[in-house]
Amino acid sequence: MPLAHALVPARLPALLERLSAATRGKAHSVQEYFSLAGKALRFAFARPFYLQDLIQQMDEIGVKSLGIVLLTGFFTGMVLALQSSVQMAQFGATMYIGRLVTGSMIRELGPVLAGLMVAGRVGSGIAAQLGSMRVTEQIDALNTLGTDPIKKLVTPRVLAALIMLPILTVINDCVGIIGGNLISTLMVGVPTGYYWRTVWEQIASGGFTLRYIPNDFIQGLVKPFVFGGIISISACYYGLNTTGGTEGVGQATTRTVVLSSISILVVDYFLTQILLALFG
Amino acid sequence: MIDDPTDGTGPSDADAPPRDDPAQRGNDNRDANRRRDGRRVKERSTESVRAAIRDELADDRTADEEQTSTPAAPEEATPVIELENIFLSFDSPILQDVSFTARKGETICIVGESGTGKSTTLKLILRLLVPDKGRVCVGGEDITHLTFEEALEVRQRMGMVFQGAALFDSMSVFENIAYPLREHTKLSPDEIEQRVREKLEFVDLEPDRVMEQLPSELSGGMRKRVGIARGMADNPQIMLYDEPTSGLDPLTTGTITRLIMKLQRELNVTSVVVSHDIRSVFRMATKVAVLNERRVVFFGTPEEMAASDDTYLRDFLGG
Repeated sequence: MPLAHALVPARLPALLERLSAATRGKAHSVQEYFSLAGKALRFAFARPFYLQDLIQQMDEIGVKSLGIVLLTGFFTGMVLALQSSVQMAQFGATMYIGRLVTGSMIRELGPVLAGLMVAGRVGSGIAAQLGSMRVTEQIDALNTLGTDPIKKLVTPRVLAALIMLPILTVINDCVGIIGGNLISTLMVGVPTGYYWRTVWEQIASGGFTLRYIPNDFIQGLVKPFVFGGIISISACYYGLNTTGGTEGVGQATTRTVVLSSISILVVDYFLTQILLALFG
Repeated sequence: MIDDPTDGTGPSDADAPPRDDPAQRGNDNRDANRRRDGRRVKERSTESVRAAIRDELADDRTADEEQTSTPAAPEEATPVIELENIFLSFDSPILQDVSFTARKGETICIVGESGTGKSTTLKLILRLLVPDKGRVCVGGEDITHLTFEEALEVRQRMGMVFQGAALFDSMSVFENIAYPLREHTKLSPDEIEQRVREKLEFVDLEPDRVMEQLPSELSGGMRKRVGIARGMADNPQIMLYDEPTSGLDPLTTGTITRLIMKLQRELNVTSVVVSHDIRSVFRMATKVAVLNERRVVFFGTPEEMAASDDTYLRDFLGG
């Protein structure tokens, strides 16, 4: 047996071939994902505009998610105040709970929690809806009726998510800070007036852009904007590429929630790095 | 080959070991008789099916002659859809050297076993797929190299009826049928409503009863009829049907078949129908294309198909 043959296991070429095919498949998926994102955004500036679909999706993504976002924000603010009061009491700094709650909510917890909630509620819904449309040939029907499904279905959903997620995040932040106020006043004994003064001090400490826009707000709004894009494009991508009937629809929704949630957490880290470098 | 009912299911006599047992010989004789009987039954069944088809064709032609004015002879009519030497493969070959022409006013039915590329052929005509080799022409225009946006415009000239109707389930019946009109025409809301009513009446549905219903509230046959109404809403020159009668009871199947024939008769629409239902195919087809093993093995009139001595066609019709 030649030496080269002896050193190379018999199955290696087949394994390499499979690895290569799998890598090509993944690369193709990534390319399709970004291509879908590009088309969805490009179609936002091309006729026809599906304004009614956009409004309907804003209602679906924004207004109907308000309940869970309010609940999440309020309880997160309360638990943040409660936990920090225990830690800060050791240093006699309970008066500064407002600063901690505000900084955490606006910069991190508000955008991330709103993103995760919307990924679970809206991302899965979009994937299931588009997946069902795919398996029942409704997407093909759109194509045959001379409508581009990306323009009709994806663009309104992406735009609605890009608009509504920052709004939901602002609401989430506000409710969280109010929840923190409730606990710090009722359980820790921080006067309400003082609490709100520390809230403002925290906002002002980050500095301002164009004299009036607090940098913390910019940081807090860039993130949900990006998360909105991630959630809506992931959901539309998996929904439109659904195969295998109702089982495929289930898989599409699961993949959407998993990919969106993981992406939100990973992208959040890198965005934080960038934003801290820019705004400090 | 097709006459042997044991074909492919067990060893032939030549392969069997010699047997001297009289009881066994008796069994062999009975088996041989049974095989001969099976052969005769199958021949009779094939013959009876073909005779039934001939009768059906004669009945339908008589009924059609009573109802229609004389159409242009199909051979003289303009080609509307032309498939020329189409080759298509994904992981494995799907279509090889497929060619046929549909002329104005003709109804071409594509039949064949499952997985032979019938629905794929429709997708090629719709330019949802692009062939690896060959040309697809619609109205004399080669659509093979069109861009996605140009293809959308070509599709507006066609109406498609899907196997499961593919109605938009978030829209009412009215909105479904009005959809192509709102998208591609400048008709006023009143004109759209009038057109929707007209199309619903054409497919024998009462507009006032069904217009506001959701697709989930309709029966299978009604959904198919709404699908046809939506397909013809923009008055297309070409109608494509993907198994329009699958999953329907015999009476509804008859209704849908008559509807497709009415569309051809009254509006002179060129139709391509993919179907497994041979009886409907023989009633409505001007020509039949039989797909087998990725190729068109027969393309001709239903009469020619019924009279054919080709083994595969005989099997297909009588099997």
